[in-house]
Amino acid sequence: MQIFAFYLFASIVIASGAFCIFARNPVHSVLWLILAFFNAAGLMLLVGAEFIAALLVIVYVGAVAVLFLFVVMMLDIDFAELRAGFMKNLPLGLLLALVLLAEIIFGIGAWSAGGMGEATAVVGPPAGGPSNIEALGTLLYTKYVFIFEAAGLVLLVAMVGAIVLTNRKRGGVRIQNIQEQVARRPQDATRNEQPEVGKGVEL
Amino acid sequence: MIGIEHYLVVSSILFVMGMLGIFLNRKNIIIILMAIELILLSVNLNLVAFSAFLGDMTGQIFAMFVLTVAAGEAAIGLAILVIYFRQRGTIAVDDVNRMKG
Repeated sequence: MQIFAFYLFASIVIASGAFCIFARNPVHSVLWLILAFFNAAGLMLLVGAEFIAALLVIVYVGAVAVLFLFVVMMLDIDFAELRAGFMKNLPLGLLLALVLLAEIIFGIGAWSAGGMGEATAVVGPPAGGPSNIEALGTLLYTKYVFIFEAAGLVLLVAMVGAIVLTNRKRGGVRIQNIQEQVARRPQDATRNEQPEVGKGVEL
Repeated sequence: MIGIEHYLVVSSILFVMGMLGIFLNRKNIIIILMAIELILLSVNLNLVAFSAFLGDMTGQIFAMFVLTVAAGEAAIGLAILVIYFRQRGTIAVDDVNRMKG
């Protein structure tokens, strides 16, 4: 059962990654990316990393992919023009990718043939120990607490940076100035006039 | 039985797929950002697989940090993309070097 689930998730994640790259429409690309994230979360679930799997679905699918979708739909772009160099780059790109993949898999084969004694350890959550989230939380708030704070800082800087970059001052917009409104006094705003007969009031 | 080699092969295929995506869609910066996300996903898969098979939680902690940085990177990248589009009306990255100073 586990083997079947692994091959299902792995084949879908690879196929949706390929479709994400080769899709003509970027919206479809984003949707394939979401499928890839879901199946990668499934793969992580299989080895017992429940929290990372949940985080992947929440952060990537819930935030990053929606952000991508938002930007793709917001910008009015001629995507056909952007695919101009696609066919020209295809042969060389595929060749490079195949060479790189062959090298990596050859390296993995050599590594596994050498045999690493520990690498045959448990699959799935260890029985009887603390749960995945418990162990992760214990480690995160003790040993790695400063790195955790730094990660928060990274997110803060990213948020401020994104706001500063995209914020723009628009001219010709009337903005309410509350201080000015509150500081207004009757004697500044009104005046008594006694115009002569037959004349009006100059405003 | 599923060993760590299976996970490594899947994540390396995903990594190469991301690299190929950057190479092929060199003009479309949105797809380039998505390909970077694919690469980071494969790295996360690698970290989690090693963490599970070696029985060490540190890999999952670092997968979380990679996730954090990936979220920040996507936010900043898309913000730059939006202001670039606002200025130029296109997102072709051929002449991005006009962005300097």
